[in-house]
Amino acid sequence: MKDFIIPWTDDRDLGTPAKAGPPVTLTIDGFEVTVPEGTSVMRASALAGIEVPKLCATDNVEAFGSCRLCVVEIEGRRGTPASCTTPVSPGMVVHTHSDKVRKIRKGVMELYISDHPLDCLTCAANGDCELQDMAGAVGLRDVRYEGTENHFAVRQNGEANPRYVPKDESNPYFTYDPAKCIVCSRCVRACEEVQGTFALTIEGSGFDSRVSFGARSDDALASDCVSCGACVQACPTATLQEKSVIELGTPERSVITTCAYCGVGCSFKAEMRGDTVVRMTPYKHGKANRGHSCVKGRFAWGYASHRDRILNPMIRDSIDQPWREVSWDEAIGFAAGRLQDIQAKYGKRAIGGITSSRCTNEETFLVQKMIRAVFGNNNTDTCARVCHSPTGYGLKTTFGTSAGTQDFDSVEQTDVVIVIGANPTDGHPVFASRLKKRLRAGAKLIVIDPRRIDLVKSPHIKAAHHLPLRPGTNVAVMSAIAHVVVTEGLFDEAFIRDRCDWDEFQDYATFISDPRHSPEATEMLTGVPADEVRGAARLFATGGNGAIHYGLGVTEHSQGSTTVMSIANLAMMTGNIGRPGVGVNPLRGQNNVQGSCDMGSFPHELPGYRHVSDDATRAIFDDLWGVTLDSEPGLRIPNMLDGAVDGTFKGIYVQGEDILQSDPDTHHVAAGLAAMDCVIVHDLFLNETANYAHVFLPGSTFLEKDGTFTNAERRINRVRKVMQPRNGYADWEVTMLLANAMGAGWTYTHPSQVMDEIAATTPSFANVSYELLEERGSVQWPCNEAHPDGSPIMHVDGFVRGKGQFIVTEYIPTDERTGPRFPLLLTTGRILSQYNVGAQTRRTANVVWHEEDVLEIHPQDAENRGIKQGDWVKLASRTGETSLRAEITDRVSPGVVYTTFHHPDTQANVITTDYSDWATNCPEYKVTAVQIGLSNGPTRWQEEYSDQAARSRRIIPAAE
Amino acid sequence: MRALDPEAGLADRISEICADHAHLEGPLLPILHAVQDELGSLSEAVIAPIAEALNISRAEVHGVISFYHDFRTEPAGRHILKICRAEACQAMGATALAETAKARLGVDWHGTTGNGAVTLEPVYCLGLCACGPAAMVDDRVVGRVDAGRLEDLLVEAGA
Ligand code: SF4
Ligand code: SF4
Ligand code: SF4
Ligand code: FES
Ligand code: FES
Repeated sequence: MKDFIIPWTDDRDLGTPAKAGPPVTLTIDGFEVTVPEGTSVMRASALAGIEVPKLCATDNVEAFGSCRLCVVEIEGRRGTPASCTTPVSPGMVVHTHSDKVRKIRKGVMELYISDHPLDCLTCAANGDCELQDMAGAVGLRDVRYEGTENHFAVRQNGEANPRYVPKDESNPYFTYDPAKCIVCSRCVRACEEVQGTFALTIEGSGFDSRVSFGARSDDALASDCVSCGACVQACPTATLQEKSVIELGTPERSVITTCAYCGVGCSFKAEMRGDTVVRMTPYKHGKANRGHSCVKGRFAWGYASHRDRILNPMIRDSIDQPWREVSWDEAIGFAAGRLQDIQAKYGKRAIGGITSSRCTNEETFLVQKMIRAVFGNNNTDTCARVCHSPTGYGLKTTFGTSAGTQDFDSVEQTDVVIVIGANPTDGHPVFASRLKKRLRAGAKLIVIDPRRIDLVKSPHIKAAHHLPLRPGTNVAVMSAIAHVVVTEGLFDEAFIRDRCDWDEFQDYATFISDPRHSPEATEMLTGVPADEVRGAARLFATGGNGAIHYGLGVTEHSQGSTTVMSIANLAMMTGNIGRPGVGVNPLRGQNNVQGSCDMGSFPHELPGYRHVSDDATRAIFDDLWGVTLDSEPGLRIPNMLDGAVDGTFKGIYVQGEDILQSDPDTHHVAAGLAAMDCVIVHDLFLNETANYAHVFLPGSTFLEKDGTFTNAERRINRVRKVMQPRNGYADWEVTMLLANAMGAGWTYTHPSQVMDEIAATTPSFANVSYELLEERGSVQWPCNEAHPDGSPIMHVDGFVRGKGQFIVTEYIPTDERTGPRFPLLLTTGRILSQYNVGAQTRRTANVVWHEEDVLEIHPQDAENRGIKQGDWVKLASRTGETSLRAEITDRVSPGVVYTTFHHPDTQANVITTDYSDWATNCPEYKVTAVQIGLSNGPTRWQEEYSDQAARSRRIIPAAE
Repeated sequence: MRALDPEAGLADRISEICADHAHLEGPLLPILHAVQDELGSLSEAVIAPIAEALNISRAEVHGVISFYHDFRTEPAGRHILKICRAEACQAMGATALAETAKARLGVDWHGTTGNGAVTLEPVYCLGLCACGPAAMVDDRVVGRVDAGRLEDLLVEAGA
């Protein structure tokens, strides 16, 4: 916030939050200091380098003024006001260390200490405790009060102490030890203000008050707590403490890096002792997260040292054999040899590769470079296809860039938000917390989702409109909204005339005004009451700054690209593009989906979204790489698999993706993989795809390598190596080994050289370098001559493509339809504690929150079929069937069922179909017609599958 | 889920009470009083429906219930005896009176006698400061309560 005052590496706690306002000058202990109006005396002092003792204040929550340790004297004012709750005023003269306040502070500390166990030497927070620090700071030397009653002694006067409450260790990652609590309520305020969950309260009053998770009989795990860690971060004592610190001791150094889970891209401090991570804490100057985190990034990093992680390369001749552990040389030689043999026999285009949305930009760049320059074809694709390719296509067509238009800070200036097909509290938790904060401050929310997601209603948040549409009718609903905006004259004519093509808009207006698009006409189809649609449309068009956030519920449909374009249309017609608080923002699933798309992962696009048929672009790479690139687009994943079944595509290198589990129609993927001669899987774990692999190359975690991730706001964040790769090589080095074994002759010694190559070849990255990132912390592309500081907001003075383009968006129902045999619609999503196919999160203590995938069924549908809570049900579609347990809930509408796909045993994708987006082949995960019925356990396919998986995972260790 | 909830009847009634108070500025305290008046106490089962109706968290409702001594989480006896503990009454021997009451009833503050007849509660000033020690049985205030008078009150209440 006040980045110009504090360099981005200073993360002292300044006591109270930053304020914005005109400058005010005051004098503190004789030093003059100028701060924005509204700043507290405490913060002003800290900025002047004077730290006023404090206990109940911390700079990520508003001051509360309860401990009275921070008192100061102000000339001309009576008494000793608390500096944390006193705002500065011009000419104020403050004394922070007078005899009077020193005495008061000592007295306050004495009281606190008289009810605190004095076991500092063995306390987990020893050296990291503010109570300890403050006792030192105020010069406490003895404690005169003999507390007759206390909270910390287990027994008193030979009897059990009724005030003593034992430790709550129910949360897998942190403990709550009431004996050490000073009841400063920092945790309660952090849970409310920062996280927005309101899971904590102070129960009781006076001396009896203490912190409580939920109601009296709840423990931390049973409460509403989502384990974000904000309270642990805020706690000044060992009361709320990471279990990892209890076990390992306090950290001795820290390295700033980026979370490797979701597209929010939170910045973290990896706090280390030697080469062991002691804890990950959210970094306050991280511009995506502003000091907040979720359970995944904060706590779920234990997978890096899970025993399932494979650390040695392995090969086998055929997939029915057990794995053989071999040296890196042998594995790479074997892989390169097989790929070359295939090319010699079946032609250059018989092999290809998959880049990963989890790996760094540099790694992705190298994989596509290897495919294009060494394999000599364009058969590169990425699993972003299975999520956000419609975003790229839709936004490029309408606006001219394949990316979201805003930064996350923009939400602070939003007045009306549409969330469509996304579940931010689970998928993008830190963004959700920032959004909820804005909603509590009065912004309005419209949720368009078949399910009643938590944002629709949770403590202190309530959507103005929830449009629970039938899965597959996004376009119809968006059209109905646009119909209302256009026919009621709510569009922003000045913006459209200025920024778009007015005639084109006229055509669009004629199309959308047709009564068949009206909310009334589409109500039967979409299931959304017409007046709700009208209300939502009016609110969005007239409610001030309007922002639209969308997720996989938009893209993973047969009309994914169309919906993206209809979202863009709505933003343009309401004038909501090009300034803070507005915009169109895809919520990216994986950490580097944006980056992997930017880096040229797609078969038809070179880095920077330039078509392979473009001679000028190819010439840049031809010159630099000394090759002649293929001008024909390569194969997409489904085409590679088709080719494999037909016998024309024989080898694939898959980096950091589990295509068997994350791609639709598992049977088809399995058949394709099984037909290939050389499947190379490069990953941390023996994933499901590896069951069909001939070469397994162990991968490295984000803690073990340098690089960059690009988050959903186009922000390029540094990933920093905090320990040596346990498998021996960072992923970029492994790709280089393979490329070199096939004759590439690459000589990179650090990922920064790869970034330099990206900058040299890709205009939107022209000014990006590791030096710049070191200096700025992060930067948002485009970052080049025209935008030397990067671009927080896009399309500010005009659209990248020139004029914004309105596209006619006709609703075409998916071919997937319900009928008598398959009367229900299945839609899929994710939950907070698990991530994607769960390879990492399933290998952490996060499983306490989600042991298995369940099927949500509306009570009515359940009753009709005699299904009760917790029953095994068989879920069948036209393509397959699987079994899982029932969860009866009215979160879903009648006729709709919902599940997640985090656990491989469920194989929910066995039953999704192979329909896909018309423009980009993005699979239609979000709509499948299904039937459900009682069953007595896993299906035959599930059992056969787990047999096959177990067989193919056998490993023969290398001889010592 | 709600349809399957065994507490559905209770939850519905609480929702009604909440709806009746929805127009108020700070509805939580009046709702808690109304629910306690109707049910006799605020058990944990009442928290979720109140939180749901006001769109606040369960923790917040619990925080408020536990903050005020007026709210009880266990059912009270048939009669409630409140003894004033504020200064004027203390000066007139209210502390000793309270000790007598505790001994006679065999309970501590907030406790209820084994036969469910009387619950003992502290109170802070009943406005009868001139004739302390003061007490209150259900809705009736009584002044100058000495040991004899206390016994009469307790017998009357069935303790
Ligand atoms: S971990 Fe997060 S959600 Fe849980 S109590 Fe703490 S702040 Fe609240
Ligand atoms: S748990 Fe920590 S933050 Fe919360 S009140 Fe106690 S000491 Fe303060
Ligand atoms: S919100 Fe996303 S990026 Fe941030 S900590 Fe959670 S998983 Fe990591
Ligand atoms: S820090 Fe200011 S009153 Fe506690
Ligand atoms: S002090 Fe007891 S009634 Fe006022």
